[in-house]
Amino acid sequence: MIETVAILVSMVLAATPLLFAALGELVTEKSGVLNLGVEGMMLAGAVTGFAVAASGYGPWAAVLAAALAGAALSSIFALLTLLLLANQVATGLALTMFGIGLSALVGKPFLGMPLEALPALPIPLLSDIPLLGPLLFRYDGMVYLAVALTIALHLFFRHTRAGLVIRAVGENHDAAHALGFPVRRIRFSCVLFGGAMAGLGGAYLSLAYTPMWAQNMTAGRGWIALALVVFATWKPLRVLAGALLFGGFTMAQLHAQGLGIAVPPEFLAMLPYLATVLVLVLISRDATRIRLNAPACIGKLFHPDD
Amino acid sequence: MLRLEARPHPSTAALLLSPVLAIGLTLLAGLILFALLGFDPVKTLTAYFIKPLDSLYGLSELTVKATPLLLCAIGLALGFRANIWNIGAEGQLIMGAVAGSGVALFLRPEHGAAWVLPAMFLAGALGGMAWASIPAVLKLRFNASEILTSLMLTYVADLFLRWLVNGPWRDPEGYNFPQSRMFEPDAIIPPLLDGTRLGFGAVLALAVALGGWFLLSRTFLGFQIKVIGLTAAAAGYAGFNSARITWMSLLLSGGLAGIAGLNEVAGPIGQLTPFVSPGYGFTAIIVAFLGRLHPFGILLASLMLALTYLGGETAQISLGLPVAVTSVFQGMLLFFLLACEVLIRYRLRAGR
Repeated sequence: MIETVAILVSMVLAATPLLFAALGELVTEKSGVLNLGVEGMMLAGAVTGFAVAASGYGPWAAVLAAALAGAALSSIFALLTLLLLANQVATGLALTMFGIGLSALVGKPFLGMPLEALPALPIPLLSDIPLLGPLLFRYDGMVYLAVALTIALHLFFRHTRAGLVIRAVGENHDAAHALGFPVRRIRFSCVLFGGAMAGLGGAYLSLAYTPMWAQNMTAGRGWIALALVVFATWKPLRVLAGALLFGGFTMAQLHAQGLGIAVPPEFLAMLPYLATVLVLVLISRDATRIRLNAPACIGKLFHPDD
Repeated sequence: MLRLEARPHPSTAALLLSPVLAIGLTLLAGLILFALLGFDPVKTLTAYFIKPLDSLYGLSELTVKATPLLLCAIGLALGFRANIWNIGAEGQLIMGAVAGSGVALFLRPEHGAAWVLPAMFLAGALGGMAWASIPAVLKLRFNASEILTSLMLTYVADLFLRWLVNGPWRDPEGYNFPQSRMFEPDAIIPPLLDGTRLGFGAVLALAVALGGWFLLSRTFLGFQIKVIGLTAAAAGYAGFNSARITWMSLLLSGGLAGIAGLNEVAGPIGQLTPFVSPGYGFTAIIVAFLGRLHPFGILLASLMLALTYLGGETAQISLGLPVAVTSVFQGMLLFFLLACEVLIRYRLRAGR
């Protein structure tokens, strides 16, 4: 039983970076923008967070700096696609390449440096409940933050005017523009939010999950987050479920290795990527469902004078 | 306040000048970046962009690096034109290298044969095509985004390669290094010029560029590709078979990437190692855009980006600059390129 709890807890930890990044991308996509640069922004967050923490400014300054770094990188994307009307797919790819290179460059002095992991914040009383306590209430602050943001975003899109406006912009930017909504400004903020969240996801990796900096340490998680948004059919609560599922795949890989299952480690390491493909196939198979749930203007360029 | 005003017709001057402007801006940004990193900017740029080209060997190395970029980018550009976003060329390249190496290591008769090298090229192409056919099936049959599936499969291909060279294909006399046996001489592409690593692949890549141009501008298939990319609806009304175009562009780009991979292992490398490609498959995406998705433009662009690889190596050796600078350069180049493209369709106007 204790072991099961340990496995479930490690699943949650593995899910957290995906959850941050995917929630951010969800908001970006809801406003009708497809930013494929998640991987690059996560790396920017990871390296910035680590650098700030390793320089002794404390974990929370590190988390904040990581969010700012992700947002800064995403502002390049926003500038190019929203103001200069560049192709979103190509700009997103450029952002990923730029982020990979820049993070490797900035992170060079921090390679191999040790760092104390983000401290756990057990919730008083609740964390003492047998089984449930260790399972739900003994995480570090970022895990709670990710879950709280999931619920907040769910309520935001469901019940607030601002959430509705973002959805309107994503569904039909011409109509939203005609109604007087500042389409580009709204999209700009959503892209920045997405960048900040990707930065947080990256920071979780370098500050808590594996407290260190390694080049390319996201290992494709940015892309998995993109797939998660489709998997969740653009719904925040389902992003949470999907992230846990992928956390499970990551853990299955590690635990199978621990149990001495005679499969080469390279094949086990393929699991999360193959699972992403499989899940994407299962979800996308129903074309109508994707069409009904995807923001109708996703990836389309908007110019007020056209 | 500057604002954009749509041009009645796309500007040809801007079309041709935008890549040049982008390169200029990238160099300028590079100067600033080097200065910020504490390197002498002029010296660094010289090491990056001039030193690699001051010898015949340097020029031949430029071609060696441009070859895989050109091969991959031509295939990708055909797909991009038709709105098929294969971004997994790196994985297809790896699988081509793996398939071709399989022929060299296991199917080659003991005393060699003239068919070995051609068979390796064929296997390379087939390996890349097979890997690219997975996203094609998943897109057409299950509606799954080829962007994500082709990229995920790149990670899988890389892990598969690592398993091979760490496990079953590892050279038993290789001191435990994760690499295969060296290929026999008849499984290696002979150099065209003595003392260089320039092989037949470069000629093949040129022919592919020419073929790509012919396909796009002189055939009905090329016309269909362009129409589908510009307005999918019109292509539908015209009765164009978009599934066929999807298949064609993925198989073609996968096959070319596979050949590029084979050309690396049977050419400059001479064995299967985990480092078949320093990201050629990803850089080829930039090459395709820098060349404005036109085969001749891509030819020039492949040389330009090959120079960033060479320059990165030179600057690393002579100035101790990290290799990662190369991908920063490449990313910036693509940013500036996409930004400058706006000038083709829009005019910058001052005032409101």
